[in-house]
Amino acid sequence: MMDRRHLLKLMALTGSLVIPVGRQAWAAVGDDSAATRRKLVVVMLRGAVDGLNVVAPYGDANYARLRPTIGLARPGQDGGALDLDGYFGLHPALASLQPLWEQKKLAFIHASGSPDATRSHFDAQDYLESGTPGRKSTQDGWLNRLLTVLPGAASPTRAISIGPLMPRILAGRAPATNLAAGAAGTKQSILDRPQIGSAFDQMYQGSDKFASAYQDGRDAHKEVMTASMQDEMQAANGGAPLPNGFPNDAAHLAKLMRNDPKIQIAFVALGGWDTHAYQGNGKGLLANRLMPLGQGLATLAQGLGPMFDDTTIVVMSEFGRTARQNGNGGTDHGHGNVMWVLGGGVAGGKVYGDWQGLGEAQLHEGRDLPVTTDFRSVLAQVSERHLRLSDQQLAQVFPAMPAASPGLNFLRS
Amino acid sequence: MKLPIRFAMLALFSISSLAATAAPLSSDQQALHVLDRLGYGPRPGDIDMVRQMGVERYIDSQLHPESIPLPAALSARLSTLDASNASAGEVLAEFLAVRKVANDGDEAAKEKRREVVGKIVEQNAEARIARAIDSPRQLEEVMVDFWFNHFNVYAGKGLDRALVGSYERDAIRPYVLGNFRDLLGATAKHPAMLFYLDNWLSTANDFQPGQGRRGAAQGQKAKATGLNENYARELMELHTLGVDGGYSQKDVTELARMLTGWSFEPRELVRNNRTFRFDAQRHDMGDKEWLGHHVAAQGQGEGEFALDVLAMHPATARHLSYQLAQYFVQDNPPPQLVERMAKRYLETKGNIREVLRVMFHSPEFLAAGTVGAKFKTPYQYVISAARAGHMPITNVRPLLGAMNQLGMPLYGAQTPDGYKNTEAAWLNPDALTRRITFATALAAGRLPLNKPAGQDGNAAAAPVAAEPPLDADSLLNTLGPAISAKTRATISNNPAALRAAMVLGSPDFMQR
Repeated sequence: MMDRRHLLKLMALTGSLVIPVGRQAWAAVGDDSAATRRKLVVVMLRGAVDGLNVVAPYGDANYARLRPTIGLARPGQDGGALDLDGYFGLHPALASLQPLWEQKKLAFIHASGSPDATRSHFDAQDYLESGTPGRKSTQDGWLNRLLTVLPGAASPTRAISIGPLMPRILAGRAPATNLAAGAAGTKQSILDRPQIGSAFDQMYQGSDKFASAYQDGRDAHKEVMTASMQDEMQAANGGAPLPNGFPNDAAHLAKLMRNDPKIQIAFVALGGWDTHAYQGNGKGLLANRLMPLGQGLATLAQGLGPMFDDTTIVVMSEFGRTARQNGNGGTDHGHGNVMWVLGGGVAGGKVYGDWQGLGEAQLHEGRDLPVTTDFRSVLAQVSERHLRLSDQQLAQVFPAMPAASPGLNFLRS
Repeated sequence: MKLPIRFAMLALFSISSLAATAAPLSSDQQALHVLDRLGYGPRPGDIDMVRQMGVERYIDSQLHPESIPLPAALSARLSTLDASNASAGEVLAEFLAVRKVANDGDEAAKEKRREVVGKIVEQNAEARIARAIDSPRQLEEVMVDFWFNHFNVYAGKGLDRALVGSYERDAIRPYVLGNFRDLLGATAKHPAMLFYLDNWLSTANDFQPGQGRRGAAQGQKAKATGLNENYARELMELHTLGVDGGYSQKDVTELARMLTGWSFEPRELVRNNRTFRFDAQRHDMGDKEWLGHHVAAQGQGEGEFALDVLAMHPATARHLSYQLAQYFVQDNPPPQLVERMAKRYLETKGNIREVLRVMFHSPEFLAAGTVGAKFKTPYQYVISAARAGHMPITNVRPLLGAMNQLGMPLYGAQTPDGYKNTEAAWLNPDALTRRITFATALAAGRLPLNKPAGQDGNAAAAPVAAEPPLDADSLLNTLGPAISAKTRATISNNPAALRAAMVLGSPDFMQR
């Protein structure tokens, strides 16, 4: 029998003495990452994307009638839609998403949106972010409320947003962080210099108003720096940098999420969808916006690697646009739109929602898609089935929500 | 039993609200407050100047900017900015010429385009920033920022790159303290707005474009055949009534019909500087039912009627008063103050100066709880730092760069609602770090502000001009009560070389 002293000596020599310590550390991280294992990424298209040209009902004869010059050509034709199910077709600029559709990891919910009738961008975005359509007094955003009910420890990097401003959707009492788009988000900060950091730490500790924002910024910066440094070591085998804009940010986001298990929620807002004139069909203004969006989403899915299995990505916009093109080859403000969901748990390869067609009698106010699926039903399903919220927790995130639409089962399990 | 309790409660209430607001402001605090709100904060000596002049007199003089002479140096500087002084037509001509050539692809043409467009963009920015920092007519500059933002156009959209300078100079600046109807009409007829919100393309639904009649030269517009609702909606939602102003989708469509034919032609703009044209052929000649009015067809008069109605609508009075009070007083402005301002607005038929006068002389404006209650926007933060530092600035690029970094590029708000001015919009963890980074570079003299303009084509590669670092004691003197005793104590406990950065990066300097 080996004596105790000998055993200790042996462990020290082989380095295995670190095991118990390492184990504890691993266990702690393990708990944390179990709580934050299931990820949610929300992409918001500000300005009301024309959902009827994202997922085009080319199978409805009215589609071509309503959109003589901006309608997508039928699948197979030049600049034509990419067929999804024999009735709906995907905008050709989104070809990079076709593999995900085929792998059944991408689904759409058509004619979805807010029950509130406003056609104001700013009110509609506000409601989409507060999660309380029609109610302006809500102070916080639903992603922030979600953070307050998710199990596990709060941390400033549990939810991150890419962009210079903290979005309305993340406003509230749970900490969250916004990072600059592009490389600037993970650059060294002047506060990393010890003397300067300490000077400003002293000054902000005493500030009633700004102490917590300052401290969150400091903590998040340290964490994100660590995550991106790890990334630099791994980047040697990583892919080449992508063109600017969203694909780049998406690649960046994927790496941060891979390297920092604490990041669970991410939000990105992209603008430029308010196409009142010359939006084009298979090519043109809208196509030029959709192309990097599709590439970015594909990059994100790919960059997350196995983590994509535990991730749901939701793409949404404040409202849809008129079914009929206007005189300027564009579309005006409408109502129902299409929501996109991507992820390992998505029962994809299908267009969901209660689709009623584009006949004059089916159009809402004779001009746009009616909303047949409340956007909150979509978000609720993600919260319940993917993030495992209880009914009670769900009611905190989406108060006063109507009963979910039966038959809307776009998530497996 | 009931009455005494209620009385006691009431008494308690008024005591506590007194305690919160009644501590009288010192004369330095009052001077600082008006410098922070009617302007972009103090320059060296400003607090003394206002104190000696008296706060009331300072407010009155600011309400009459024509009574305050511009410094000769500023006027001379502005007069050298030929692109920013040129007519809308001249600038557009230059812009279209290089755009057309550059589309054909050769490298020299592209370089020329960068040069021409770069000059236009930079001179517009320089004119705006030089005035914001150096003009003693501070309220005028603040109001230019306020109204430009209220009637926002995005410089990144097509022709607006060339038109935005004229828009600010010709459609905004002359009216910032005048009558709102004039301001509204000037923005409605400026090509920058007509282009930005697509009204220049909007026609009656049954309009048939003329067969080849100057068609090709008019480009996009020649092909336009139908109604575009974009401007009509934002005109009611953002510019006048407000989103809850009580109009329907039908009112949006009818107003869009009334405004058909409000347009401009790039060719005529280039040739004769004709900025607006009512095109009767594109106008919808049917009768309209709008906001409860029956509007018989009368061409351009319908649009003028709509602007008259919108400008004098009680919802507009409230909407504008709320926005002004939110900008100048509190993020959640006191409703009674907004009501009084709206009342004055209607009494004076939309006289902006009189509405401001009511606001600046209100107890709410000068209340202790109002002082420091606004979180500076990035624009206000950068300009106020430049004013406090009072360093010579010949190159505004580093300041523009800072505004980009802080999320508020000049002329860069993409959506028609412009930038918000509330703490909720701008205070976030990343923002504080970035402001501190800017403050540190500015204080250390590391920003190339003193470089002769035009010599830094590549700002990153150019050697950084050495500038003296800012002096912390002068800054503290300039800012007076803006920097609290507590913050001053922390600053004095740190190395001298860091102190100026600490002043400009302090929590105190983030607010106004």
